[in-house]
Amino acid sequence: MKQHTKGNFHQTAAPLLFLLPNILIFGLFIIVPAIQGLRMSFTEWGVFTTPRFIGFANFVELAQDTVFWKTFSNTIVYSLFTVSLIMVYALALALLLYKNTIKGEKIFRSLFYIPSLLSMITVGIAWRFILGDEMGIINYLLRQSGGSGIPWLTDGNLAMVSIIGVSIWAQAGYYMIILIAGLQAIPLELYEAATIDGASTTKTFTAITLPLLRSTLLVVMVLSTIASFKAYELISVMTKGGPGYATKLIVQQVYQVAFLEDRMGYASAMSIVLMLIISIFTLVQFKFTGKEQDYE
Amino acid sequence: MNKQKVYNTIHYVLLIVLALATLLPVLWVVLSSFKPQSELFRVPLTFLPQKWTVQNYVSSLQAGNFPVYFSNTVFVAVVSTFITVMVNLMAGYALAKYIFKGRNLIFTIMIATLMIPLQVIMIPIFLQLKNFGMLNSLWGIIIPPAATPTGVFLARQYLVNLPDSLIEAARIDGAKEYSIFFRIILPMSKPIVATIAIFSFMWRWNDYLWPLIVITDNKKQTIQQALANFVGQLQINWSDLLAMTTIAIIPVIIVFLAFQRFFFSGIAAGSVKG
Repeated sequence: MKQHTKGNFHQTAAPLLFLLPNILIFGLFIIVPAIQGLRMSFTEWGVFTTPRFIGFANFVELAQDTVFWKTFSNTIVYSLFTVSLIMVYALALALLLYKNTIKGEKIFRSLFYIPSLLSMITVGIAWRFILGDEMGIINYLLRQSGGSGIPWLTDGNLAMVSIIGVSIWAQAGYYMIILIAGLQAIPLELYEAATIDGASTTKTFTAITLPLLRSTLLVVMVLSTIASFKAYELISVMTKGGPGYATKLIVQQVYQVAFLEDRMGYASAMSIVLMLIISIFTLVQFKFTGKEQDYE
Repeated sequence: MNKQKVYNTIHYVLLIVLALATLLPVLWVVLSSFKPQSELFRVPLTFLPQKWTVQNYVSSLQAGNFPVYFSNTVFVAVVSTFITVMVNLMAGYALAKYIFKGRNLIFTIMIATLMIPLQVIMIPIFLQLKNFGMLNSLWGIIIPPAATPTGVFLARQYLVNLPDSLIEAARIDGAKEYSIFFRIILPMSKPIVATIAIFSFMWRWNDYLWPLIVITDNKKQTIQQALANFVGQLQINWSDLLAMTTIAIIPVIIVFLAFQRFFFSGIAAGSVKG
C-alpha cells in the first residue's frame, strides 16, 4: 500500500475535490435516474399529470401487451443473430489480419474499421439508399443481370435480415480490433510447439487458439450483446420499426410509449424488463464462458 | 514453397473482396453525393458521376438550418470532450494516487454503472433534465454523459503506473495538491488524455439518443438529429441528404486518420465506447 496520506488537510480533502465533479454528474444523471426509473415503473406517470402509485399494474398490463411481446421477441431474434454472426465474421477478419506477416496488414485493419467510425444514423441512411426497392443500386444490379428486385426493407422478414446484415457490416471492424489484440496475446511458442508435434491447422485452432481466446471472445460477446439490446438509431432510420411491427425493437417501443404516448410509468416498466434481459444474458454468458482460468 | 504462394494469394483475394464489401457502400454514397440531381437515379447508373458537381453541397449548406446544426454539433463535441477529459482524469487521479475511505466502493459503483445503458434510463433522465431546466439547452446534452465509467477506468489504469516519487518530491517542495495535478500529472498523461478525448469526440459527434431526448427546438439540434429528421420525411431529397451525410462523416474520418494508433490501442486497452 502506498503511504502518502499523512492526515494533512489538503491531502485528505484533495481526492474528494478531484472526485466531486464526477460524483455529482454520476449521481444526478445516472444513479438518481436509475432509482427513479425503478420507482416510476410502479406509477402512472405523464409529463402533465400528477404521478399516481399503482403497484404492479404496469407489469400486469405489460404481460398481456402483444405489441410489447412482439418487440421483445424481435429484440431476441435480432440480438441472437447479430451477436453470433458478428463473432464469426469479426473472428474471421482477425484471423486474416493478426499475424503481422503480410504486406498491407495495417491498411486492411484500418479499412475494415472504417464502418465503425460512422454514426448509426449515417450507416442507416447509406444502406437505405443502397437497398431501396426501386432506386437502390443492389436491386438495379439484380435487374440488370436478369433477376428481379428484392424488397429488402419492405418485406417483414427480409427487413429484419437487412437490419441484421447492416448491423454486422457496421460493427464487425470494432470487434475485429479487440480480437486481434486477443490473438496477438497468445504466446507464439505454443504454435511452434504444435507445428513441431505435427498438429493440423484445424487441430491448432481448436486446441490452442479458441481456448486461449476465450476471455476475449467473452468480452466481444458481452459488448455486442449489450449493443444489440440498445439498438435504436439504425432501425429508426432504415425501417422505423416496420413494415408493421416486423423490425420494431424494445427501445423503439419504450421511446414511443414514453415520449409520444406520454405514458412514462408504463414505459419505465418496459425499461425494467429490458434491463433484466440484459443482465440475464450477460450473467449467463459469464457463467458459461468465464468459468475456466485463462493462461494469459 | 509453391503451396505457400497459393495460400498467400487466397489470403489476399479474400481480404480484397471483404475490403471491397466494406468500403463500396461508403464510396457509393460519397460519389453519389457529387452527382447532379438529374443523374442520381438515371438509368444506367454509373459508379463515378458522369458530371461532377458540388451543387448538392451548396444547396444543403444554404437550405434551412444546416450550418446551425453543424456548429451546434461542433460546440457539443468539443466542449463535451474537454469536460469529459478533465472530469474523468481528476477522478482517475483521486482513485489512483490517494488512499481514503470508500475509495474501492466508489470505483466499484462507477464500474457497475457501465452495465446500465442510457436507453434503459432515458425516461427518468429526461425528467431530471426537465427539473434542472436543461431541456432544449446544449448543456443538457453536454453535461450529463460527461462522467463516463470507461474514462475513469482508463485514467486510473494509466495513472496507477506513474511513479509516486514524483508526487512526493513535489510535495516536499511545497507544491499544492491541485498544482501537482495540473503541473505534473496532466502533462504526463498525454497518451491517455488523447485516447479519452478521441473516443469522447467520436461518440459525441455521432450520438443521436441524447440530443433526441434533450432537444426539441429546431435551432438547437445536432447533425445526426437533422439527418434523422431529413430521412423521416415523406419525400426524401436524396441528393441533398447524401451531401449532408458526407459532411457528417468527414470529421470522424479526419480524426481517425490523424490519430489512428490511439484508436486501436484504446480499444484494446479498455474496449472503450465513449
